[in-house]
Amino acid sequence: MRRLASAPEALVGLGILAALTVMALAASMLFPGDPLAIKGAPLLPPFQDWSLPLGTDRLGRDVLAELFHGARASLAVGLAAAAAAIAVGAVVGTLAGFAGGIVDEALMRITDAFQTVPSFLLALAFVSVVGPSLTVVVIAIALSAWTGPARVARAEVLSIRERDFVAGARVIGMHPLEIALREVLPNALPPVLALSSVIVASAILIEAALSFLGLGDPNRVTWGGMIAEGRTVLRSAPFLSIVPGIALVLTVLGVYLAGEGVVEGTAVRKGLS
Amino acid sequence: MSRAFLLLRRRLVGSVFVLLIVVVGTFLLLEAAPGDAVDAYLVSTGGDAGLVEAMRQSWGLDQSAATRLANYLWALLHLDLGQSVAFSRPIRDVILERLPVTLILMGASTALSFGLGSALGIYAGARPGSLRDRFLSTASLALYAVPGFWLALVLVIVFAVDLRWFPISGFETIASGKTGFARAADIAHHLVLPVTSLGVIYLALYLRMMRAGMAEVWRLDFIRAARAKGLSRRRIVLAHVARNALLPLVTMLGLQSAQMLGGSVVIESIFSVPGLGRLAQEAVALRDTPLLLGIILVSAVLVILINLLVDIAYAFLDPRVGASEAGA
Repeated sequence: MRRLASAPEALVGLGILAALTVMALAASMLFPGDPLAIKGAPLLPPFQDWSLPLGTDRLGRDVLAELFHGARASLAVGLAAAAAAIAVGAVVGTLAGFAGGIVDEALMRITDAFQTVPSFLLALAFVSVVGPSLTVVVIAIALSAWTGPARVARAEVLSIRERDFVAGARVIGMHPLEIALREVLPNALPPVLALSSVIVASAILIEAALSFLGLGDPNRVTWGGMIAEGRTVLRSAPFLSIVPGIALVLTVLGVYLAGEGVVEGTAVRKGLS
Repeated sequence: MSRAFLLLRRRLVGSVFVLLIVVVGTFLLLEAAPGDAVDAYLVSTGGDAGLVEAMRQSWGLDQSAATRLANYLWALLHLDLGQSVAFSRPIRDVILERLPVTLILMGASTALSFGLGSALGIYAGARPGSLRDRFLSTASLALYAVPGFWLALVLVIVFAVDLRWFPISGFETIASGKTGFARAADIAHHLVLPVTSLGVIYLALYLRMMRAGMAEVWRLDFIRAARAKGLSRRRIVLAHVARNALLPLVTMLGLQSAQMLGGSVVIESIFSVPGLGRLAQEAVALRDTPLLLGIILVSAVLVILINLLVDIAYAFLDPRVGASEAGA
């Protein structure tokens, strides 16, 4: 933890993420009621009226309230999609690496296929077929994000499965599936988890792009949706698109910085021990 | 030559299986979509129940799922992607019409991001830990966090609305009558903002990869040997460090092609560039699922081809690649 503190970038990243979490959690308390409700005159510029600090959008909705509520969707989708992708990827990679042979071959060709299709197109197709909701968006993103963790897990398992404790588990008669999932998988996890910041960041960006194209959950405020909404008045009120975009950039940057800091921190600790 | 050939053959066989899995995947999505081709067709034309049954029969939609998959595969073998409901034309023709525009956009974006990204990466990696290295590394991380579609809007506000340097949208001036070089210049003028929006995130990626790769190479013994030989710093940086750090970037070139195709959906929609990405967005808006899945198939083929090209380039650049296969 002290080493983490010695890296200023990691601290900035963690700071941004902490602020975002507070935003997401406090959204309902600070801005109770529907953030999509009309609060004032439309297209009020920022910093004019201190009851509406960031002004209002085309329909007179409070931009700051939308921003706070939007943090929820971004964080929720980012974390849920990454968790699902890592869980699925780790299991598939472990099974492929541990089983070897035809199972490995089949699972890896499926992984190839998912990597061949542009992930954004796959997400687009899935959401447009199933219909937009927060859960569907999470599944759509995880659908292509699991391939990275699967490859890393498989590579790790290939070296782990030759170790003595695996042979030991075989000798005491454990079922191969049990060995794979209970003994090998946990040991293969660290390098897979190191991918999580990249996956969370790209999930947040994909969600934003989907919402921007109008395929986000229509009943929730999302930053991508806000940017799209602002686009219709881009010439007269560019701030409506710029403000949620800055929130998006800061969020993704925070995830990257924190992720890099944590990975470097653990790498240093390993090197010292 | 035979080394590259053997590698190519092995990759081609693998690609066929991968493509088959993609086809089954798109078929499953097509099945999951509400309504079928007949429903979609009749939305625009109208018709009674008898007609519906007759059409389902003639289009083979009343068969079992396995038969329909076989029909689908058979049609694909004949390069028949089906009929686009939204455009009332064969999907293949619609896609082929839009493909060149996307290829130009992607080619230009790749050239920009790879060229400028690796050059800046060499500049930063020439002196690891220096001020310019830290500045470029931080700046590239910030760029990497910028969503392409938002950057596109910001560029439009600044360079198209305020400064009026570049057109807001389109691929070329409509009915300008320009030909040859004048037309190419017109297209280039239109594509400056889309190419920048699409390429910048990868520019950051290449910069970071180049820089990180060079930092690794600096530590190796042969660099010390090159220094001891009395080679100039410039020569060490370019011919020894950068050259050895370049290969992973070539691999990334193939890997990111799929991501760039995905990114072109939003960028082409924003700038109204009539390419494959915009077509995908139109397919979603017009609820034309077969067209969308056709685009996915074509994208997958494109990604496979690009990766094959990258593999061949790699085999020529790095004599170690494929040596074991040639020996076997």
